[in-house]
Amino acid sequence: MAQEFWRWNEYRWTSPDIDWKGARSVTCGVDVGSVSTQVVIMADGELYAFSNQRTGSSSPESAERGLKWALEGTDLTLDKIHYTVGTGYGRVNVPFANRAVTEIACHARGANFMYGPTVRTVLDMGGQDCKAIRCDEKGKVISFLMNDKCAAGTGRGMEVFAELLQVPIEKVGELSFQVDQEPAPVSSTCVVFAKTEASGLLRAGWPKNKVLAAYCSAMAHRIFTLLERIGVEKDFAITGGIAKNSGVVKRLEKELGLTVAAPKADPQIAGGVGAALFAKTLVEKGKA
Amino acid sequence: MITAGIDMGAKNIKVVLLEDGRKVRARAQELGGTDTRGATEKAFNAALFQAGLKMADVLHVTSTGAGRANAPYARDSVTEVGAAARGAVFVHPATRTVIDIGAEEGKTLRCDAAGKVIDFAVNEKCAAGAGSFMESMARALEVKLEQLGPLSMKSTNTIPMNAQCAVFAESEVVTLVHQKHSKEDIAKAVHDAIADRITSMVRKVGFENDVVLIGGVAKNPAFVETMKRNLQTEVKVLDEPEYVGALGAALVAADNEGVK
Repeated sequence: MAQEFWRWNEYRWTSPDIDWKGARSVTCGVDVGSVSTQVVIMADGELYAFSNQRTGSSSPESAERGLKWALEGTDLTLDKIHYTVGTGYGRVNVPFANRAVTEIACHARGANFMYGPTVRTVLDMGGQDCKAIRCDEKGKVISFLMNDKCAAGTGRGMEVFAELLQVPIEKVGELSFQVDQEPAPVSSTCVVFAKTEASGLLRAGWPKNKVLAAYCSAMAHRIFTLLERIGVEKDFAITGGIAKNSGVVKRLEKELGLTVAAPKADPQIAGGVGAALFAKTLVEKGKA
Repeated sequence: MITAGIDMGAKNIKVVLLEDGRKVRARAQELGGTDTRGATEKAFNAALFQAGLKMADVLHVTSTGAGRANAPYARDSVTEVGAAARGAVFVHPATRTVIDIGAEEGKTLRCDAAGKVIDFAVNEKCAAGAGSFMESMARALEVKLEQLGPLSMKSTNTIPMNAQCAVFAESEVVTLVHQKHSKEDIAKAVHDAIADRITSMVRKVGFENDVVLIGGVAKNPAFVETMKRNLQTEVKVLDEPEYVGALGAALVAADNEGVK
């Protein structure tokens, strides 16, 4: 099969330090997004294990597969998990979840854990949407703005470009800085038109990296306008897959004039972490 | 006296040769591609050949379209909206509203009996209301663009599309295929989606009869039917709908030469 440049690495992880057996609460958060699915398991509110994979055509199957993978190699089983919260686009389709919570709430809560309680603005850059969230010191949502109508400024837009330019998506950020001079951003907003524009640039003799730079900066600007509408208060954190794309993040930092907070773990799992933390609260309140 | 109009569209370049501001002598088009200059020359020569004319016979060339500033031969240019109104009223004098759906742009305008524009709206930012939307959907359904309309006419079920964005809609079409919806029904959903987008643009400027459709997408009968249903009025497709802009430019060229 031909190489699929948009396809990012799927993986799983187990904490080397934590034993779930002594924990008072073992909870699970499942974030079934439109593009990726994360299953996060926490023991007493600390990260124990997670899996991060592509969402398949069926949400329930993706959730089951993610759980199986997250548990792989551990001695933990589903029946030992006290409570599971589903979130994300497919949150109502998680067969083993006890409850569903919106991804806005989960990303704010997850960011509070992963970046610390000083976070006041969270930008979640998902596969098919983008949300700017303002939250308090407890990770509670104060307000949010969302774009889920248009692929510009979402992970899907970046995937389209990785495929067009035949660059593995995880290399996009790094390569976008290998240019002599920062080019003007791609001018079309629409991803379909931006693709046409980029093809024109390539034909005009632009190297791939320069086109990547132009697209990363267009995406950074698109996100900047969303953030501008809600207002950015420090600390500022980015969750979701695009948080790992330095080409967009560094250009956004420059435009905002501030630095993005560093996460404790993969920013793509923030929604799942938030869901597992909601589950923990429910267990502690005896509502589980 | 011969004048010419060149419509430098996002995808195709159209040329119309006009005699005495009244009679169309030739029409030709060429895919723009990377070498728009070469493509324009090709289309122009094809039109001259059809009419049995030489370059020297053409007195005045006016350009229009997205790339009008870079049109070879052209002495001056006219906006796409101006050219569409002028061309549409010439072809169908009762025209008061023109809906023009090109490859990368959708526009709607209201005009008077002289073809003068009263008000207009353009979408050039988003593929969801333009011809490229149909192209993407045809690709996702693995059918030819020309088949999309006829397929849709055979549909028996209405299924809603959630996505507006052409990129998201492409994934949604793939999902609908996986869910075993028929290609006919999906094609209809695609037409409903684009027609809804264009209808909301038309409502913004309002419309007055006669309403005419021009641009490449007008050749799709299913789209025309959906627009009629949405607007609840008669919608007329002008002959050679993709050449109306170029014709408008040729008419403006004649105006500029003082032809009455």
